[in-house]
Amino acid sequence: MGTSPLARLSDKLFAADDVLRFDNVSLTYGRRAEALRGISFALKPGSFHFITGASGAGKSSLMKLIYMAVKPTAGKIELFGHDVSKVSAGDLPFLRRRVGVVFQDFRLLDHLSAFDNAAVPLRIAGLKPESYRNDVAELLAWVGLKDRMHVLPPTLAGGEKQRLAIARAVVGRPEILLADEPTGNLDAEMSERILKLFTQLNRLGTTVLIATHDQTMVARSGMPVLHLDAGHLIRRAAGEE
Amino acid sequence: MSDLLARRWRPATFLPEADNRDGSLTFVVATLCFLACLMALTVLATNRAVNTWSDQLTSQATIIVRPRANETPDLAAARAAEALAGVPGVIEARALEREKAEALVEPWLGDITDLEDLPIPRLVAVDLDNASPATPSTLAAALKARGIDGIIDDHSIWTRDIARSADVIAWVCGGVFLLITAAAGAVIAFATRAGLLARREVVEVLHLTGAENLFIARLFQVRFAQLSAIAGALGAVGAAGVGAVLRLTAGGGELTHAIPILWSDLLVVAPCPLVAALVAAIAARMTAERMISEIT
Repeated sequence: MGTSPLARLSDKLFAADDVLRFDNVSLTYGRRAEALRGISFALKPGSFHFITGASGAGKSSLMKLIYMAVKPTAGKIELFGHDVSKVSAGDLPFLRRRVGVVFQDFRLLDHLSAFDNAAVPLRIAGLKPESYRNDVAELLAWVGLKDRMHVLPPTLAGGEKQRLAIARAVVGRPEILLADEPTGNLDAEMSERILKLFTQLNRLGTTVLIATHDQTMVARSGMPVLHLDAGHLIRRAAGEE
Repeated sequence: MSDLLARRWRPATFLPEADNRDGSLTFVVATLCFLACLMALTVLATNRAVNTWSDQLTSQATIIVRPRANETPDLAAARAAEALAGVPGVIEARALEREKAEALVEPWLGDITDLEDLPIPRLVAVDLDNASPATPSTLAAALKARGIDGIIDDHSIWTRDIARSADVIAWVCGGVFLLITAAAGAVIAFATRAGLLARREVVEVLHLTGAENLFIARLFQVRFAQLSAIAGALGAVGAAGVGAVLRLTAGGGELTHAIPILWSDLLVVAPCPLVAALVAAIAARMTAERMISEIT
């Protein structure tokens, strides 16, 4: 897998520091009201957090800032020690490869099979098919898509699409995993399995950040919560309502 | 079963295999390639015709002999032919009979019966050695040495005109060829732009998953290069077909034919698919890189 010199240097300098840091970050879309206001928080490597909040509170906007789909209108975001506003266009892809994302709308490629969709991050990273073919098959089997791996996404049910999106996000063993409503279309049993997968990845060192409405899952996990209210961040301790 | 499928799995292309615009684009590029190949064939045929004409004109000279007061025109022409026959660079010199000289002026004077009363000058046709032809000054010196008054026409005025016309045709064809190439590039750039906008979601997913701009641009580059190579092959085959028809109907190489195409000339269309792919690759790459930077 190709890694830029900047990313390699960062690995050494940033190993024990915050993996993600927001410093008084605000985000405004065009002339509309601020979607996020003065957000400040930091995530340690290997931490597990939920982001909660009502619809429109800014959960997805916060996610977009972290996976660098949008830039903050004010403040500073540091990802793996890099100020994302100052990262060169050439280094940005290498930073993004270290972040796995489960999009709320899945964003699957409809013309590719489930197997091809799951393998996208590995192909982009330049790995040879022989090196990951079995891993992808195993992962798809694990998320319950063993018999659906060669069908196209439009033929998958909502929950199957969601599981495929999760498989794609975790297949490259990202250092940060972002999931926007990852269990929204899943039944209780599959939600439990997915949460277990996220927990296992977290134990292996992946920093996990999940945006969700599912208060039951949040309460059951006992993990700390970053609660958003109308663009403002309210920290909550683990288990706090 | 799924394990078997996984083992047999081969990565699919990131861009959809076919697009409903592909047929139209292939037709447009194939047409442009067809026209470009016809241009190339035209240049080759024109050059061959010009060379044939020039060779024939430069290997001949005509002497207009003016007899002296006590000399008949036929005798003057015979003396001139004899004087020129031994000049280095001359293969043969022959005095044209009066009838041939009259036939030459007939187009200007019409079919009149009393031509013999006119003082029609006698002509000497001189065949020159192509390898080292005698110069007009050499011929003039030979005539002067024998006291013969003659005007030497080495056809240079015609060969210059023909060469100039050939140059003009070559430049015009070259200009049209460049115009066609630029048009093909513009069409591919337009198609790339449309393709990128139509596949914006694919581009965004690849981008957010860590693909570099160059990686995404290369997908479009390869796609349009392949399409253009196929279109180029179709255009080349079409142009070669037209060339073959011209060759069969008009023959090749003879001066009497306006478009002397040889079978070997048809090979000039062979690089067309490669050139079309190259032009498309450059146009698609430049457009895609610029657009990806703008939309992501």
